[in-house]
Amino acid sequence: MKNFFLPYFVILFFVIIFVIFYKGLQDTNVYTPDKIIQYEIPMFNTKEFYSGENFSSSEIFEPEKTYLLNVWSSWCIPCRKEHHLLMGLKKEKNINIIGLNYKDNKKNAKNFLKELGNPYKKIFIDLEGTTAIELGAYGVPESFLIYNNKIIKKYIGPLNQKLIDEIKLLVE
Amino acid sequence: MIYSIIGNYSLILGLICGLILFYLSFKNFKNSNLLDSKILSFTFLQFFFVVISFLCLVFSFIISDFSNETVFNNSHTTKPLFYKISGTWGNHEGSLLLWLLVLTLFILVFLLRTKNQQIKYQILTLVFQQVIIIGFFVFLIKTSNPFNYLFPPPEEGLGLNPILQDPALAIHPPILYLGYVGSSIIFSSVLAATCLNMITPSWASHIKYWILISWIFLTLGILLGSIWAYYELGWGGFWFWDPVENVSLMPWLALTTLLHCILVLERKSILTSWVIILSISTFTLSMCGTFLVRSGILNSVHTFANDPERGLFILIFLFALIFLSLFIFFFFHKDERNNPQSFFWLSKESSILINNWFMMYFLSVILIGTVYPIFLDVISSEKISVGPPFYHKLIIPFLVPFLIMMAIGPKLKWIKSQLEDKIYLISILFISLLLAFLVLKNFDENILINTILISSALYLLLITLRDFFTQKYKNISQNIAHFGFSLLILSILFNNLFSSEIITNLKVGETFESSKTKIVFESISQKKEKNYNSIVANFRIQNANGQNDKLSPELRIYNQPVIATSEADIKTTIMSDKFIVINLVQNQDFFNVRYQVKPFMLWIWLSVILISIGGLISFLQRKI
Repeated sequence: MKNFFLPYFVILFFVIIFVIFYKGLQDTNVYTPDKIIQYEIPMFNTKEFYSGENFSSSEIFEPEKTYLLNVWSSWCIPCRKEHHLLMGLKKEKNINIIGLNYKDNKKNAKNFLKELGNPYKKIFIDLEGTTAIELGAYGVPESFLIYNNKIIKKYIGPLNQKLIDEIKLLVE
Repeated sequence: MIYSIIGNYSLILGLICGLILFYLSFKNFKNSNLLDSKILSFTFLQFFFVVISFLCLVFSFIISDFSNETVFNNSHTTKPLFYKISGTWGNHEGSLLLWLLVLTLFILVFLLRTKNQQIKYQILTLVFQQVIIIGFFVFLIKTSNPFNYLFPPPEEGLGLNPILQDPALAIHPPILYLGYVGSSIIFSSVLAATCLNMITPSWASHIKYWILISWIFLTLGILLGSIWAYYELGWGGFWFWDPVENVSLMPWLALTTLLHCILVLERKSILTSWVIILSISTFTLSMCGTFLVRSGILNSVHTFANDPERGLFILIFLFALIFLSLFIFFFFHKDERNNPQSFFWLSKESSILINNWFMMYFLSVILIGTVYPIFLDVISSEKISVGPPFYHKLIIPFLVPFLIMMAIGPKLKWIKSQLEDKIYLISILFISLLLAFLVLKNFDENILINTILISSALYLLLITLRDFFTQKYKNISQNIAHFGFSLLILSILFNNLFSSEIITNLKVGETFESSKTKIVFESISQKKEKNYNSIVANFRIQNANGQNDKLSPELRIYNQPVIATSEADIKTTIMSDKFIVINLVQNQDFFNVRYQVKPFMLWIWLSVILISIGGLISFLQRKI
């Protein structure tokens, strides 16, 4: 009867593997780098969303202030999901939310804001997607936390409540 | 739009067919000695629905129907038709649908082609296969439906990742999947056979075809992936021990071992536990591969989607299958202890058994190297990466006895044998040692280990080569496969030892000169294609003999999504590949140029093709 325990050992072994994979699955953070990156915002020129005025990046971001630059689009489904979180974040006093409207149709974008509210202090247009590339964005939605003209942290993909709390913490 | 609706509903109908099949199988299992014709028609119907659904997705890609989320995420109107079609399986949802297509196709063929086996066995195989199929249906419909629609439909799609826009990669997934999914039939059939206690030589010769089919496809699939990595990723290697590559190699090792075990089982009705465990592990390793790649637990070029929900589903499904098969194994499998058949140390089966243990060793090295970082991360949140040195150190030394066993083993007879032709076996060993030494004489580093390695590979090569002439058509398939394997190892070794590389920065018009080669950066030109713009650099390369080669690597800037890739230019000759790739250096007017001469590259590909031809011949021989 030496093989009596074998099945139990094998089953136990696989249970342990299962638990480890399960845990591994829960803290996958493949796309968000852990390191906090700090580099200067690149120079770029852009147009204001409503007025069409020209702005350069140095006029947009004042030193010693915190900004959240959010790249969004009306056709982007995850943007729709994260939008109410931005609306909530708007109430925070220490942070200015700036929108970068990425490769979008102006009419659709306006309807989007009318429907879901406008959390942005200012919105700029990036019709060709070049500004986003200069910023180092991979796609929409993406958000950059900017303080004193430096990008402190980059959030790829839609924000969630956990990240919003993190932003609030960082701002303080 | 219409295609998405049809596709979606035929998926659901396919799932319903699966459930009906369950019911019919149970009814049929109890009281009939004939295969119910309803079972066949519902299996066909299920396959038919999956085909419809797959075609709908292909059409949505062809007409660029961006109301379909999958199409929107992975296609673009400016893409050539070929890549629109291959984009169908170049993403998570589509590739799962392809997986399902192959699953249903295989069970249908299995039911149609299997004769001379018990009806109960066929039905039970169908039931186990349906468990897998239904699992995938639910997974597809619930977590990754390829027919989600977007409203309002966007005007333009996001495009396909440019590094996936490549002919080799367009056919790589389907071929590889045929191999992966072929192992599902082996899995279902072995479980059915274990339940009915019919792991016998006759069963072995029946399942051998299926093992051969999936083995051939898996081999070719890995080969295509490797070729793609060679010229598309621009690193100049062909195997990087990347987790995803390992994940495809592990089922291959298990399947190869299984193939050898089945040969023994066919003759001697021993090694039954080996056969069962290997069949189970081949399929679970394939599934495990899917889990590791799709859950985002590993990061690699193949990671399509990072969705924990999907990962969780596959994980639970995978372990449910593992526990099911463990239960069946422990509960139903009777050891062959009641008919003791001892192994004589010098016989074909013991040599196969020894090499099986070597294969298991290689498999576990790769398994540990791939999975250990995840374990360590979970247990101690420490991040490590396991690279080529780990694999090389642990695998290469053990190749020597492995290769020698491979050469001698086939010479032995079943059951009990004497070594014949001792003189000739030993003399060939000396010849190969001598040859290897002569080749490496002028080489400084690691001369001892390299000589031993090359001579053992040469030994296998020479012995199999001689057999082509002495044995004629006896065992030709095995001989070709083993010959191909020795050629593969030799080419890899020579490739590693004699590769040379030059890395330099050059402006247009400049020349780089070393003792042996002269690289002239002649000119630069631009090219416009439908889906990308490219800068073509023209180089002239002169080697020591004054021969000139013109090479033009490219930098491509794809328009959708905007990604720059470097396309290597490769000049392939029989003896060596010349490989050049350029990279842009930020804010500089020169290019970073990497030029490599890689001997025997072509032989690596050819030898893998030879190996699969060996399998193919064995497959065809048996049919006649």
